[in-house]
Amino acid sequence: MLKEVKILSPTGHLGFTPLEKGSFLLGVSKEPDYIVADSGSADIGPFYLGADKPCSPEMWQKHDLELILKTSRELDIPMIIGSASDTGTNRGVDRFVRIIKEIAKENNLHFNLAYIYSQQDKNKIRQILNEVRIEGIDGFEDLTPQILDRTNTIVAVMGPEPIIHALDNGADVIIAGRSSDSSIFAAPLIWEGLSKATAFYAGKVLECASFCAEPFMGKESVIGYVKEGEVIVEPMHPKQRCTVASVASHSMYERVDPYYERVPGGILDMSECVYEQIDHRRTRVTGFKFIESELKIKLEGAGKVGERCICIVGFRDPYLIRHIDKVIEWSKKKVEERYSDKSYQIYYHLYGINGVMKDLEPIKNPSPHEICLIVECVAETAEEAKEIATLAARNTFYARLPDIKGTAGTAAMMSDEAILTKPAYEWMINHLVPVSDPLELFEIHFEEV
Amino acid sequence: MAVKRLVELATTIRSKNAGVNSITFDIIFSNPDNYRMVKQSGALNRETIAQLFGIPDSRIISFVEFDPANAIKFTIRRLKPSGSPGESDIFGSQQYAPLLDLEIELNNIE
Repeated sequence: MLKEVKILSPTGHLGFTPLEKGSFLLGVSKEPDYIVADSGSADIGPFYLGADKPCSPEMWQKHDLELILKTSRELDIPMIIGSASDTGTNRGVDRFVRIIKEIAKENNLHFNLAYIYSQQDKNKIRQILNEVRIEGIDGFEDLTPQILDRTNTIVAVMGPEPIIHALDNGADVIIAGRSSDSSIFAAPLIWEGLSKATAFYAGKVLECASFCAEPFMGKESVIGYVKEGEVIVEPMHPKQRCTVASVASHSMYERVDPYYERVPGGILDMSECVYEQIDHRRTRVTGFKFIESELKIKLEGAGKVGERCICIVGFRDPYLIRHIDKVIEWSKKKVEERYSDKSYQIYYHLYGINGVMKDLEPIKNPSPHEICLIVECVAETAEEAKEIATLAARNTFYARLPDIKGTAGTAAMMSDEAILTKPAYEWMINHLVPVSDPLELFEIHFEEV
Repeated sequence: MAVKRLVELATTIRSKNAGVNSITFDIIFSNPDNYRMVKQSGALNRETIAQLFGIPDSRIISFVEFDPANAIKFTIRRLKPSGSPGESDIFGSQQYAPLLDLEIELNNIE
């Protein structure tokens, strides 16, 4: 009989909101062989990586880590956490290691800990760039030293190999830096002797936990029963079902191509997958393949663009709303007159017109009865950002329109206040670097707790 | 000749980031007949998407009819990566609205 490995996936982003305990404990009662959870994402925008800050409160992270750690120790099975603390930077790994040790101390737990750094030194990447091409993906130009100069934080996205190395060395608890979502699931399966096709497909379907089931629920556990060539998924929430439709449609979630998925070292080919409903709540998938390719590791990096400030203004006069372009033109002109020697970016977000969809908005002549304008300014210093945003907002109040009736002010100030927000960051690096050794960009540490 | 709006035929119509520089759109049908009808209608293809969103074809980086999920999926390149200054939808999750009212002509369909 083929060997079966059971993996419990409790959450698609550990700590983002706390995981649901009920379905997690039901999953635990199935006696899984591994508990695996991803804790990071590029979806949250470039700020957190660039500024190297968590986006999840520590209390929620600890809640999830505590449940998983205690359970994995009780069952004596390994736990694997990827992309620690949202960013997968060294800060994230260090924070999770600290929390894990706190929980261990509070509960008198003992185990072998492995933690894996994936943050990259800018100078090291600069040296690599001297020798090889670092190709941009998804519309990014190839990497240049200038782009590196503008980048604050870089992480490499690990494949399964560093985690396999940790398992080889007897790790019970693995805290990984930035990792590919499916790789943290694929690692223990490859380590158990399953093929990359099976391992990566299982990772693909399990990585977002309850998102592969219906009806839509977040933060509920699912379990994968994995045998060579076959993955069966079952939701742990009693009201969820894994159907052919929910599992198949998950393979297109958040990706460009539902048939092919690029993973470190190859491509997962799902074009001939067969989905079968084996009972009311479980779906079996077979037919996945793996195409080996040259090993390239993805780099992600974000850099600071400037300080950022916003002002909130409203308009109600239909004449003003019809001529809002003129109002903005006036405001822009007044800013340019005074700050043309400064480097700044200014954006006018017009809610009620095209605030959400911008250039993609198909409705070109809306007739809202009121609109909200958010002026956003990014400049070198907070002072400048504040001044420019304020000048731009106040000048919507003084807009000069020929037939205006309301001559006491052409805008409603929500409060005459410029709100300093988090600084502005941008994704700078979304690139692939070829490597000869899958471990070479990663630093693996072991410790007995 | 019957005309229906996409929202009346599809179960899920959603948009979401696919990587930091693209937004992907999923239109999923729980009724396979509806899926087939929409595919055959010719109302949803690269040309109609380009027209609907007012973008050149070059910004549509993929268009896939995904039979295993009874779904149609396409992906649009962003002008700037997610979360850059001027951003209005970091997750890309509210860009699907124009699809809801897309008219599907159900002629020539058995």
